[in-house]
Amino acid sequence: MRDLPGLPSRRGFLKASAATAAIAGIAVPAKAEQKPEPVALTEYKPICLKPSEWAFVMAAVARLIPSEGEGPGAIETRVPVFIDMQLAGDYGRAADWYMEGPHDAAASPLRGWQTPLTPLEVYQQAIPVFDEWCKVTHGKIFAELDAATQDKALTSLQKDEMKIRPDLREFFTILLGNTKEGYFADPMYGGNHGMQAWTYIGFPGARGSYREWVLKHNVKYPLGPVSISGERA
Amino acid sequence: MARTEKKKNVVLVGFGWTGAILGMELANEGLEILALERGHDQATVPDFQYPNMIDELKYGVRLGMMQKPRNGTLTIRRDQNETALPYRSLGTFLPGIGVGGAGTHWNGLNWRPMQSEYHLRSYTEEKFGNIIPEDMTIQDYPMSYAELEPHFDRFEYVAGISGQAGNVNGKIVEGGNPFEAPRSRDYPMPPMHSTWDGKKFGDAAKAMGYHPFPSPGGIASKDYVNEYNMQMGPCNHCGFCERFGCYNYSKSSPQTAIIDALKRKKNFEYRTHADVLRVELAPDGKTATGVTYYDEKAQEEVFQPADIVILTAFSLHNVHLMLLSGIGKPYDPNTNEGVVGRNYSYQLTGGYTLFFKDENFNPFIGTGANGMCIDDFGMDNIDFAKEGFIGGAYWRSGQTNGQPIRSMGLPAGTPSWGAGWKKAIGEWYGHSMNIGAHGSLMSYRGNYLDLDPTYKDPRGRAMMRMTFNWQPNDLKMIQFMKSKMEPLVKSMNPDIAQDGFKKDGAMFDVRPYQTTHNTGGAVTGDDPKTSAINRYLQAWDQHNVFVMGASAFPQNTQYNPTGMVGGLAYWAAEHIRKDYLPNPRPLV
Ligand SMILES: Cc1cc2nc3c(=O)[nH]c(=O)nc-3n(C[C@H](O)[C@H](O)[C@H](O)COP(=O)(O)OP(=O)(O)OC[C@H]3O[C@@H](n4cnc5c(N)ncnc54)[C@H](O)[C@@H]3O)c2cc1C
Ligand code: SF4
Repeated sequence: MRDLPGLPSRRGFLKASAATAAIAGIAVPAKAEQKPEPVALTEYKPICLKPSEWAFVMAAVARLIPSEGEGPGAIETRVPVFIDMQLAGDYGRAADWYMEGPHDAAASPLRGWQTPLTPLEVYQQAIPVFDEWCKVTHGKIFAELDAATQDKALTSLQKDEMKIRPDLREFFTILLGNTKEGYFADPMYGGNHGMQAWTYIGFPGARGSYREWVLKHNVKYPLGPVSISGERA
Repeated sequence: MARTEKKKNVVLVGFGWTGAILGMELANEGLEILALERGHDQATVPDFQYPNMIDELKYGVRLGMMQKPRNGTLTIRRDQNETALPYRSLGTFLPGIGVGGAGTHWNGLNWRPMQSEYHLRSYTEEKFGNIIPEDMTIQDYPMSYAELEPHFDRFEYVAGISGQAGNVNGKIVEGGNPFEAPRSRDYPMPPMHSTWDGKKFGDAAKAMGYHPFPSPGGIASKDYVNEYNMQMGPCNHCGFCERFGCYNYSKSSPQTAIIDALKRKKNFEYRTHADVLRVELAPDGKTATGVTYYDEKAQEEVFQPADIVILTAFSLHNVHLMLLSGIGKPYDPNTNEGVVGRNYSYQLTGGYTLFFKDENFNPFIGTGANGMCIDDFGMDNIDFAKEGFIGGAYWRSGQTNGQPIRSMGLPAGTPSWGAGWKKAIGEWYGHSMNIGAHGSLMSYRGNYLDLDPTYKDPRGRAMMRMTFNWQPNDLKMIQFMKSKMEPLVKSMNPDIAQDGFKKDGAMFDVRPYQTTHNTGGAVTGDDPKTSAINRYLQAWDQHNVFVMGASAFPQNTQYNPTGMVGGLAYWAAEHIRKDYLPNPRPLV
């Protein structure tokens, strides 16, 4: 994968490998036996996203859940992999949804998903539109902008300042929704790497058994998370 | 050419709560019973097993246990001037699919309506005079609470409900709900313990002179064995209850309470992937001859003859099948005539989120029916004339889950992304609680169900069309609840409190989940001009067709519907067994 100029997540990569080393080497030795480290995001071969789309997703999620400050960011938790996997699967294809016409994409948003496009198609068609808008407005495609300008551009997208086509209207909503899903879903879906997001907020994941703790009112639950496939953090 | 199967005495359309109840009751009569279920087969093992079941993304977010709109959905509009659009991806309500229906993944909150609710129109008129708005079509149930009581009791003892009685045969019991309709005996299991949020709410409510009691729920607080020898084990408070199947045999579900025993009966059979397309009527239209279903495995239509057809397909699907089959006259809101589709209703809820930065709620410790309730603002306790609305609500505080994708309460004004969001989730996760008001919803001329003129389902049938919007009466009710809840919230002294109550003029939004408490459309009544089924849930025009489910409610209760759905199912089953089978005829 080519080196992306100005990609703010490079700092994220470094942090990710440092965090990974900490997990593998010190925090939970059991972890290393369980799972080999996955391929670095820079080496990852997307299943359905084209290089320009992947570059956008990498850059966008790095701003939606940035690496700076406390807690992991979307890059360390491998959210882009989650998004690629989801878009390549049933969700991306809207496999469960009723997609027959006639469609009224311009209907009030209160009336739900009304675009004829699937989530994958929304990404595919909205990314070039948004990149073009970034170029015209800020001089470069989104992934090449600096972090502060990226934040500005995402805010414009969220507020729909560019008046995006109605059939692409849900783009920001699903991009943000999918980013948070990737951050918090079980790691088997590609994101929430090392259960870092769960550890950060204090969610015990797939423990699912708290009978003895119900009446320990206002006492913080002591155990960290487990995942569905048996990882421990 | 449709294949024809061997005739059965009874065919049940749908195999959820009501299908399981009717199946067992009628199988015990020795009849040959067939349940047709359009979804897949599913059972605790292997389908709900730990840990695969407790997967927020798959079941909580992507709705793995729900009906897929691709295979069947409906269209929705807010009023008659709007063009209805398909409900393409699920949001506001989540119809179930597969053996057990929505009963596998419900919360388990189990109630009996309050006493005024069974005769709401006459109660309102007698007590408050002529205050019912012209377009409000509420009406009385054709049976009384006293008639239904043994059947509520039966459902609670079969399903396995934990709770604290508040009124046993008129005697008020300390710690229970003093406003509940009198019950003949206690719940089958003691109440569940509440987490910290419910405790705080209960204490605050008590200090204000209200009457807190533990939420009654289909969640086992101890070991339990029901009349069919079906066992429940105590709940783990796993926090993956609503939207999930229970891995622990602790949630009341058709599987846990009935189906495993029913499957052992030789005269009972069920077929899955069998999507009932319509009820077939005899040439004179006076009886049903059976049903036609689509066999997805054989990819063909099948005619299934039967002596009795019982719709147990969930309220919305019951009404759709009636509209498609010509059972009852479709409702026309312009003339206010016709009965099928009439009095569709829903549920109106609201609530507060309270943030306490120094307290630990451990939100992932929860059950579908956790916490403490009050009923001080229930219907029986409200002066409709003085307050200017008809309705009421019960309040509850009790966390059901701490699943972080869906259940991340953050103070208003928190950025929805970026560094500010990330900081806030670290600061606030686990430090907030909710208090909810679960309110009634009246029925109106303008809220109804009919067939859509444009959209078709995959089998080429017209989709059902829902015309529904919030109405001023009910919005006033929920604003009233807000005004009463605000002082209670203040008394709890949270760092931050924020409300989520709909305001006057609110439009129905199909995106956020609200409830799967869709009611009405085939209501029970004494008058064939204003009801689709009689007091025994029997179709007025086809005496061998019975229609179960919340579609029978003349208006929605302030409570979750399933206690009433179960009670009505046992009531109808008794009359089918005792009155109908010996002499099949219109029972009214
Ligand atoms: C997430 C969620 C939470 C809920 N929580 C609560 C709660 O706390 N308290 C409460 O009281 N209620 C709750 N409910 C509602 C409760 O689940 C229903 O009231 C109850 O399951 C209704 O029983 P039923 O037999 O009418 O329908 P279901 O249990 O849904 O069963 C109907 C079955 O019929 C099948 N079917 C439909 N159409 C056809 C057809 N044409 N051919 C063949 N089969 C068909 C369906 O696939 C389904 O399996 C909740 C529902 C949901 C979705
Ligand atoms: S909370 Fe209890 S009843 Fe609900 S799914 Fe978990 S173990 Fe089962």
